[in-house]
Amino acid sequence: MTDITGMTGIRDMRGRLALAISSGAAAELAGLGLIGSAAWLITRAAEHPPLAALSVAIVGVRAFATTKGVFRYGERLAGHDVALRAQATTRQRLYRALIPTGPRDRRGADLLSRMVDDTDAAQDLLVRCLLPACAALVTAIAAVTLGLFLLPAAALALLAGLLVAGVLIPLGTAAAARRWSARIAPARAELAARVADLVHGAADLAAYGAGGRALDACAEADARLGALERRQSRANAVAAALGTLTQGLTVLAVVWIAGGSQAGRVATAVLALVSLVAFEPVLPMAAAAERLTGVLAALRRLREVGATPPAVAEPAKPAPVPEGPPTVEIHDLVVRHGPGLPAALDGVSLTLTPGRRVALVGPSGAGKSTLLSALMRLVEPESGTVRLNGTDLGDLASDDVRRVMTGLTQDPYVFQTTLRDNLRLAGPEADQEELTEAVRRARLDRWVERTGWDTQLGEDGRTVSGGQLQRLALARALLNDPPVLLLDEPAESLDEPTADALMADLLDATRGRTTLLVTHRLRGLEGVDEIVVLENGAVAQRGTHEELVGTPGYYRDLWHSEALTAGR
Amino acid sequence: MHKDLLRLIRGERAVRRHLAVCLAAAVLAGLLVLVQAEVLSGVLSGRFAPAALAVLALVVGVRALLGLVQGVAAGRTSTGVKTALRHRLLSRLRDLGPADLASRRSGELVTLAGRGLDALDPYLSGYLPAAAVAAVVPLAVLVRLFVADLTSAVIVLVTLPLIPLFGALVGMRTKEVTERQWRALARLGGHFLDVVRGLPTLRAFGRARYQAEVIGRVAQEHREATMRTLRVAFLSSLVLELAASLSLALVAVPVGLRLLSGSMELPTALLVLLLAPEAYLPLRTMGNKFHAAMEGVAAADEAFAVLDAQGRGTAVQDVPASPARSGAPEIRLENVTVRYPGRDEAALDDVSLTIAPGERVALVGESGAGKSTLLHLLLGFVAPDSGRVLIDGVALTGDDAWRARLAFVPQRPHLFATSVADNIRLGFPEATLDDVRRAAKAAHADEFVTALPEGYETALGERGANLSAGQRQRVALARAFCRPGTDLLLLDEPTARLDGRSEAAIVAATGELAEGRTAVIVAHRPAMIDLADRVIRLAEGRVVSAELIGESR
Repeated sequence: MTDITGMTGIRDMRGRLALAISSGAAAELAGLGLIGSAAWLITRAAEHPPLAALSVAIVGVRAFATTKGVFRYGERLAGHDVALRAQATTRQRLYRALIPTGPRDRRGADLLSRMVDDTDAAQDLLVRCLLPACAALVTAIAAVTLGLFLLPAAALALLAGLLVAGVLIPLGTAAAARRWSARIAPARAELAARVADLVHGAADLAAYGAGGRALDACAEADARLGALERRQSRANAVAAALGTLTQGLTVLAVVWIAGGSQAGRVATAVLALVSLVAFEPVLPMAAAAERLTGVLAALRRLREVGATPPAVAEPAKPAPVPEGPPTVEIHDLVVRHGPGLPAALDGVSLTLTPGRRVALVGPSGAGKSTLLSALMRLVEPESGTVRLNGTDLGDLASDDVRRVMTGLTQDPYVFQTTLRDNLRLAGPEADQEELTEAVRRARLDRWVERTGWDTQLGEDGRTVSGGQLQRLALARALLNDPPVLLLDEPAESLDEPTADALMADLLDATRGRTTLLVTHRLRGLEGVDEIVVLENGAVAQRGTHEELVGTPGYYRDLWHSEALTAGR
Repeated sequence: MHKDLLRLIRGERAVRRHLAVCLAAAVLAGLLVLVQAEVLSGVLSGRFAPAALAVLALVVGVRALLGLVQGVAAGRTSTGVKTALRHRLLSRLRDLGPADLASRRSGELVTLAGRGLDALDPYLSGYLPAAAVAAVVPLAVLVRLFVADLTSAVIVLVTLPLIPLFGALVGMRTKEVTERQWRALARLGGHFLDVVRGLPTLRAFGRARYQAEVIGRVAQEHREATMRTLRVAFLSSLVLELAASLSLALVAVPVGLRLLSGSMELPTALLVLLLAPEAYLPLRTMGNKFHAAMEGVAAADEAFAVLDAQGRGTAVQDVPASPARSGAPEIRLENVTVRYPGRDEAALDDVSLTIAPGERVALVGESGAGKSTLLHLLLGFVAPDSGRVLIDGVALTGDDAWRARLAFVPQRPHLFATSVADNIRLGFPEATLDDVRRAAKAAHADEFVTALPEGYETALGERGANLSAGQRQRVALARAFCRPGTDLLLLDEPTARLDGRSEAAIVAATGELAEGRTAVIVAHRPAMIDLADRVIRLAEGRVVSAELIGESR
């Protein structure tokens, strides 16, 4: 298990953290010293002592006044530095924990965004919770200690007040925050879902005259969320009011006790004003505790990510990658995506010999993509074996497996970077000529000429259509040029003539290369060495195009339907 | 205050009242601090009897109560404003229409109308009350100080403006740098998310581990740049802090010396000591809340930008489906040209064509040829810039009464986060479960829907069951079957991502759905084209050929 919550990262930064904490505490202490020495100066001066008796206090007032701001500045700088480091460490760890494939790979983009948002919690933990709490603690101890010297009974009253404001009330707000967030989070998710429906489903809603109903559903979700938010803000207002009350009544009690004990005017004034100011860093603890519950929940979620076992077990001592032209033997392979689910692959056997091209066809959900995932060692087989030149894939490091077998996978991604860098991630050493060649063979050259090699793609940049994305992914696969090339539906979301031309090119370019091609277009498959028809996770038919067309079954049906409609 | 927000609040009576209560409570509580200082200094100097502590207790109690009122009213203000703004925003999004929405970044709009508006909370419930207090309380403190002691009042009066002055000076110097840095921060978050999302691709090409180092390097560079900025940006808070604490020293030391010489009384001296910090505190509080408040302002700006934006889409009002129809319509386009703003080439360029009642037309052509625009035109999502569209010889209204005659299946139908049954009865909410099931059967969807965990009541959407592309299309077809009284069928590449057998099911269902209706089908695949009586080929916004299906073979 990886600790990705950044707490170990903080340990490396102990020095900086100590600096931030001590500056923060020093700033608060200077504030306390300033008001204390000023109160002493004024009440003592009223007793008309010799000027020399006041000189220390005068120096104190000036010194505290000057240093307070400087300390505060130091605290903020050091605090943010530590926080940014903690966040960077957390992100790096989260990323490392995500590198091995896991069940979370199936999760949606929203969950990923939330995970990324959660890494902000490391920053908040420090800047909004830990640093203020330390400063408050030091201030409270200093004020109570001073009180103990002047008037122990008053110090006890102050201690009680500070405990209420700094411990009891924050405990209350933390409990309230836990309760409310448990109710508000689903209401917020509900609103987000309704809004997403309204925007993403705009065409469907307009076409079916259902926009008004969708708008009403949004309004209802908003009203439910609003009611909960109002109740939460009421709970927070109660906490704030209790804080004000505690501060006022504590000062009052201190003055009352001092008055009753004849402590003297100087001591009374110093005690009263120090008590008043001592609450300043303590009162924000209520809000900090509220934030802390959110932070802790985020950190817990991140820890769960680190604790999730990877989908594929890496061998303790990876075997060396077998030399020579690759032979892949799949024997009786069974893969299940989860307990209780039907097997995605149910006893598939298949051999890829060097230079041999095999096509996988079959209806959607037959297990074609799962077979590619098993070859790329992204899923763990339940039983059966995949061997590369006689070595079981399970004995190889999964990165090594993907160095041999990779290519065009399902759901390729466009990064927010230049077109060039989007390609080069598949071939970091490739020169311009190789890039141009890969793009040409993926039939992307015209688009690249129009767009330009250094144009930003992705969310903030130029949008990429489905067909362009598919060809970009194919260009990556061709550029990467692995010993065993895997291609998952390379002609998907292309229009008919482009798809035909691309498949023809592809079958031409892969001649004599070890290739596994997943496709639902049968045209051109006369040229491959073997066609395997998968249905319901098992091999239903296998053979050459000629053999399969002559045998009743899925392939022949599909071929006839394609031939019929295409007028061939 | 934000101009547009103010206008919004003025228009909402309840919100206006809550905001007024919130601000009044905040200001009153601020003024009570003066009373508290008065009583406390009186008691500490011995001018008031200890019994005056009862008054102090009362003041503290009232302050706490006002704080409570302020908090509750602030919560009501913010939810009220958010609800009002959200409602306008969503109504506006709906009115813009699908064609206009498609040209925007829809993900950002969803975030803005949802979580994005929460950024208003710190502005409305934190910054605004603090600003009101800052406008009133320092002045009140100054007036009281002038009455109590002229010298101290002058010191405060001179130093007080330094805070906003220095704040503005430092702010101006750092504003641009700081803003750039915040944008960089947002980009950094974006970069990280980008890498995490693209992880499967990185993994496939053995680049996943390499990126971990890149993440670390980018974060470190960013931190160094941020810290350089913060060193300057935090100067403003240093100035604030210094001005406040030094002024206290500037007041306290002379007051002490004057007490010593007997030219000042203790009660006045203590009052000055207690009051002087209260002049600075509201300004500092406001300053501290400034940054979070600006995020709220940015969210408000974004929301009002959407509200004020010019949309070309026609307003969309819902009219319930009415079954009485004149039968399958004839569609005639006369020299129709459609242009999208910001594009040179017309999406449809002088297109004329006639589709006979009950005819099935397949639209083919490369992407960007204008096929979808033609469908959007018939749906009334876009209006022609020139030329006209005639339905049975009458100009197309493109309103909901017209759309009630349509059965539309988009290329990627949206499944709503509700039950399968509700998804199917989208265009006919009154449909019974039997109607829904009949429609699903006709769309070849009944079999897989029944196999779902809760059948027709299974929830769909992001948190619901996952359907394959073919199954989604069949739910959308069932939607079309479920709507009574439709006589024009519009389909946008319904089999683009499907396998042979899924395709066969969709093609069969589409054939049934086209019975007795005029049908316009955007098609890629031969099986779908085969359904048509006529194939119309579009290229670069023009009709390049229109041939009967028999002639093309």
